[in-house]
Parts: sequence; C-alpha cells; structure tokens
Amino acid sequence: MENAFGQPQNVVVLGGSSDIARAITRKLCAARTHTVVLAGRNQVLLDAAAAEAQEYGATKTDTVVFDANDVTNAKRTVSEAFEKVGDQVDLVVVAIGLLGDQLEMENDTDAVTSMVMVNFAWPVVALAEVRRRLVAQGSGRILVISSVASVRVRRSMYLYSGTKAGLDRLCDGLAESLRGTGVSLQLLRPGVVRSRMTEGQEQKVPFTTGVNEVAENVMRGLASGDRVIWSPPALRYVFGVLRHLPSPQWRRVMDR
Amino acid sequence: MTRATFFGWGRTTPSVASVANPDSDEAVREQLATGMPLIARGLGRSYGDAAQLSGGLVLSNLGLNAMGAIDEHGVLRVGAGVSIDQILQTSIPQGWFIPVTPGTRQVTVGGAIAADVHGKNHHRDGSFCQHVLTMRLVTPSGAVDVSPTSDAPLFWASAGGMGLTGVVTSATIQMARLETDKVLVDTERFADLDGVMAAMRERDHLYKYSVAWVDCMTRGAHMGRAILTRGNHATASDLEQVTLKAPKPAKLFVPFDAPSGLLNPLSVRAFNELWYRSAPKRQLNEPQELPTFFHPLDGVRDWNRLYGKRGFVQYQFCVPEDAHETIVEAISRLSSSGVASFLAVLKRFGPADPGPLSFPMPGWTLALDLPVGPRALPQVLDDLDDLVLNARGRVYFAKDARLAPEKVRAMYPRLDEFLEVKNRVDPHHQMSSDLARRLQLLGN
Repeated sequence: MENAFGQPQNVVVLGGSSDIARAITRKLCAARTHTVVLAGRNQVLLDAAAAEAQEYGATKTDTVVFDANDVTNAKRTVSEAFEKVGDQVDLVVVAIGLLGDQLEMENDTDAVTSMVMVNFAWPVVALAEVRRRLVAQGSGRILVISSVASVRVRRSMYLYSGTKAGLDRLCDGLAESLRGTGVSLQLLRPGVVRSRMTEGQEQKVPFTTGVNEVAENVMRGLASGDRVIWSPPALRYVFGVLRHLPSPQWRRVMDR
Repeated sequence: MTRATFFGWGRTTPSVASVANPDSDEAVREQLATGMPLIARGLGRSYGDAAQLSGGLVLSNLGLNAMGAIDEHGVLRVGAGVSIDQILQTSIPQGWFIPVTPGTRQVTVGGAIAADVHGKNHHRDGSFCQHVLTMRLVTPSGAVDVSPTSDAPLFWASAGGMGLTGVVTSATIQMARLETDKVLVDTERFADLDGVMAAMRERDHLYKYSVAWVDCMTRGAHMGRAILTRGNHATASDLEQVTLKAPKPAKLFVPFDAPSGLLNPLSVRAFNELWYRSAPKRQLNEPQELPTFFHPLDGVRDWNRLYGKRGFVQYQFCVPEDAHETIVEAISRLSSSGVASFLAVLKRFGPADPGPLSFPMPGWTLALDLPVGPRALPQVLDDLDDLVLNARGRVYFAKDARLAPEKVRAMYPRLDEFLEVKNRVDPHHQMSSDLARRLQLLGN
C-alpha cells in the first residue's frame, strides 16, 4: 500500500533501465518501496537497475524483458510484471521513450514506425492493461513520463514531440476516466534532462536538470497528487506562456 | 455489489472497495461467508487507512444501531454502530456518562473498541476497553460473546486489534455516574515545556481529566509553551443550578475543501500565538459544559477539510515515564524543522490494559496534526519514529498513515501474541485492512 505521502511499497516500472526511471526507483526505494519489478529491453541494463534498487532498500526485485516495437507483447509484459510483484501494485511508472534524430528519421518510414510504436502505441496498449488491473484492485497510481516537448510540438523534433503529445493528451483523458476508481494517473513533464538519452545534444537549454532533481520533483508530486508534475516546477509557468505564443514568435524562440 | 471510495479522517490514501450495510449478526455472518477480504468501518474517524480495504469488502457497522436501556448499575448494551454522541444524548439526561471519550463524540462503539481509544482521564481510568464488560464478536469461524473472563486472549486481542479479529456487532459498557453536566476546570498557562510537564507530573493525580495543548512552532526559551486544562465533574453541591443537558449538534461546518497550503507555517504560527494569548494565565474552578471541555472540535463539522485536498497526517506516539526527554527532543525537532504543526496535545498515560496491540503505556503521549506538503515532513517523521523507538515507545495505529512496516514489531513487541489469537479465529486472514497490509501486520 502507499502511505499518506504517496510513497508506494510495490512498484512496476515499464522502461525500468532508463536513467530517469532509475533515479525515480532509487528515491522510491529509499522511501518505502520494497518490491520492484523492472521491465525493459536489455537484460543486462535491467539487472544493473535491479541491483541498484536493492542497494537503495528494495528487498525483492525482478525483471521482464520486452521489445516496445511490438504492441502485441504489451498485455503480456504488464501481466508478467504484476504477477512477479505477487501482491497489490501501488505504482506503475511508464518510462518508455525514444528521442532519436529527427533529420535521420523523418524520411525513413521504419524509423517513424518505431517512434509511433515506442512513444505512443506500446504505452497506450500497456496502459489499458494497467488500468484494468489497478481498477480491479481499487487503488494504485500510474505515473506516465511525458515531456514538456509535448505541450507544443516543435518542428525540429516533431516526431518525438508529437508522439509524446499524443500520449500526454490521451493520458489526460485516461486520468479523468479514473475518477472514483481509487486509481489515479499523474503525468511527469520534465524539461531537458542530462541523461544517456540526451547525450550529445545541445547542452545550453535553460531549465536543464539532472535526473535526481527530476526524481525529487516526482516524490513531491506523488505527495501532492497534482495531475501534472513539472520538472523543474517553474516550467509550468514558462510553458503556460510559450504554448500561447503566436507562431512567428514561437518559431523564433523555440524552433530556430 | 456497490463500490465506494474510502479514506480516513486525514483524507489521504483513498481506496475503493465493495460496501455492505448489515443490520444483524446474521447479516454480518452472510458477508463473511462470501470469503471476500473484509474490514468493518464506523464513522471514519481513524486518521489513516485503518477502516478501508482496497478491492475488498468494507462493512459499515452503522446499521448495527440497537440502543438498550441503562440499568440501575449503569450497564448499557448497544449495537457496535451506535456512536458515543448517540449514547450521550440519552445517557446524560439520565445521569450517566461514557467512561472514556476521545476528542470527538463521532466515533462508534465498534471503532472505540477496535482502536481501544483513550481520553483525558487515561491516567486514572485507562482506555475504553477497560470499561467494556462484554462484546459480541462475529469472526470468520463463528460468533462469540467475549468478556475478559470468558476468553481473555480474544477479548484483549480485539481491544485495540484494529478490527482484525472479527466484526464487533454489540457490546455492554459500564457507564459512569454523572451528577451534573458541568466540569470544573482549572486552566494554567506555562511559558515553556519543562514547566507544564512538571505541573502534570506533580498534580495530575488530583484531577480526573487532564490534557495540555502545546505550541510546537515556537523556538528558543518559550519552546513548548503550553496551556494545561484539568478538571473534575462538578457535583450537585458545587453548583447553584444543576442541569443534565444532552450535547447539541454542530452548528458550524466547512462547506468546501480549503486550498492546500491555507495551513502553512505562517498561518499556524499566528493561530498558535492567538490561541496562547487568549488563554487565561491561571483560572480555577471554571464550570464548563461537557462538550466544550471534551469535544471542542465537534463544534465544527468536517473541520478536516481545512487541510485542503492533500489532507493531513496525525502523528501520535507514547513513551514510558522515564523518557520525558524524548518529548522535549520531539518538540524541539518539530519547532526547528519548519513544518507547520497545529497545537499538539500532550497527556500522561496511566497503566496499560492487557491488549497486545493496545496503544497506551504508562508515561507520556504527544499528538500532532501536520498538513501534507512540506518536503521535509516524511523524513522528519521517520526520524521521530527512531527517537520514539529508542525510548521504547510506539506510534498509534488509529492515527497512522505512514509508519514503516519494519518498525512495527519493535513498537508492538506482543504482535505474535495477537497473531496467535487471530490465527485461531481467522485462520485464513480474511479480516484485513489497508493499514494491516501497509504495516504488514499479518505477515508479508
């Protein structure tokens, strides 16, 4: 069960070897989490993440390997993860995503397919199964890692930004549909985060943070229960303005 | 079956469960026969997740509302869903008072037994279950009338057992004689914690009721300044005019959730200051109405909404007599941590009853209301748990919503004794709750 501060005991992380997911898992384990099941693409990375979870206080960890390019495995992956927890699941973190290089991908239909599958289709199908299971439980939380890039789709990264936007908007409706079920869904919208995913990218973006700061904001967000967790929190106001900029100004600021 | 969302008085951790409203022992048995995990719920005044069970069956005891007559010895038989308020409505005019009342009248007899509640007279009269003569308990293995003589282990495991031994459907209570509806109250103001604690140690025994309200936000020389109120029932000879009036329902209410953050360090500090200043330095023998003295917060319905949608936690712990330094250290840490804590309640406990999970132990208890929000709060409370554990103290399940499960056994060393009884009457652990799961009370 989770406690009054939204700190869970049993956690499933889909995309559990990403840097942000690992930072969140560390913080959760340092608080109340004792059981963690990590699902991801690479067994070696998952094992490392699981070992780290134990270092931070988890007493039971397990892993599930899946490929997010194939939506037909989403239901099975979620089921397997829940069964490996073997108890009520308090929190499901959906941390699946591909950033990619827009210029390389935009004329390559296979690459575009992959972006749609990994960033949108797989998480949506997985969420359907997560929703069904948590609603039957009568309690639980879902944390979906979106991005500030989803707030307004940018030309220079419309595949990433757009697929995240799809997921983000869909989750907003999904969260509404959960009212009265005992289950809640929260969206995490981080700004640029220094991690493996963003390695080699432009580094001088304002409001760039490390993964631990993101995880700290997640812990606060779990306690507050706010629908959207911004990281850093100031981005809520920055994007409150940016999203309404007229296109020419938007281009000049964000899409140079 | 209908499903509904349940949460505790602190309005954190909601969960959804099926609901049943039995009105007889037979109906309770039928619900147990479904085999679904089950917990009884009364008026929802436990602060955390004690009376909820996500995905299971929450059984409201409010339909178990039979109200017997009080016999000439003051023995009252009532359904477990009858509230202390309902009892007082009929008992006070007849000259009887509830032997133990918590800070609110809005608790059911079932809930009072499950949490083995205590009141301002614990140092003299012990906790609620010490005045319960018998209880009717419907367990997964059958219905039984239990008394401390017929089956002491089951009776005492159910006293403070958080509803995990079965469903209490009715009880007989030994009421206390009441001559008037007034309490003669002595109020004293103390500029620091040592002063009030010394006064309590030296003179509490002269009063039937005693409690101190402590300001946990002031640092320095006035840390832990307090207002101590103590009193005895007024006898007929104390008053010119003797009345026996039943308490009135609350006139005030909070119509909507206040914005989270309304109760912040600044506003709470201001409130504490005002409240401290408005108390008399020393006032003796002031006649107070029973509700004013015992249930001040019952004057405002739904006051928990003042804490906003994030809700609040109550932290209540007790430590043995010799650990008074722990109280000082706890208040010192809270006042310097910057988390907003409303007036804390400090009280001395008398002897414990035999319940293996009953909370009180002889010594001191401190209770605090803390809004959820400050980043430091979870850690501050985890550290306080360690402090309490070091002093061989414990925190109160009925208030808890955040204790770490690995600390439970050290705080309640007689847990195995409780489990032995539970395994006898509920071998498949059908009786459960979100609290039991979170604290792993029934094993992993």
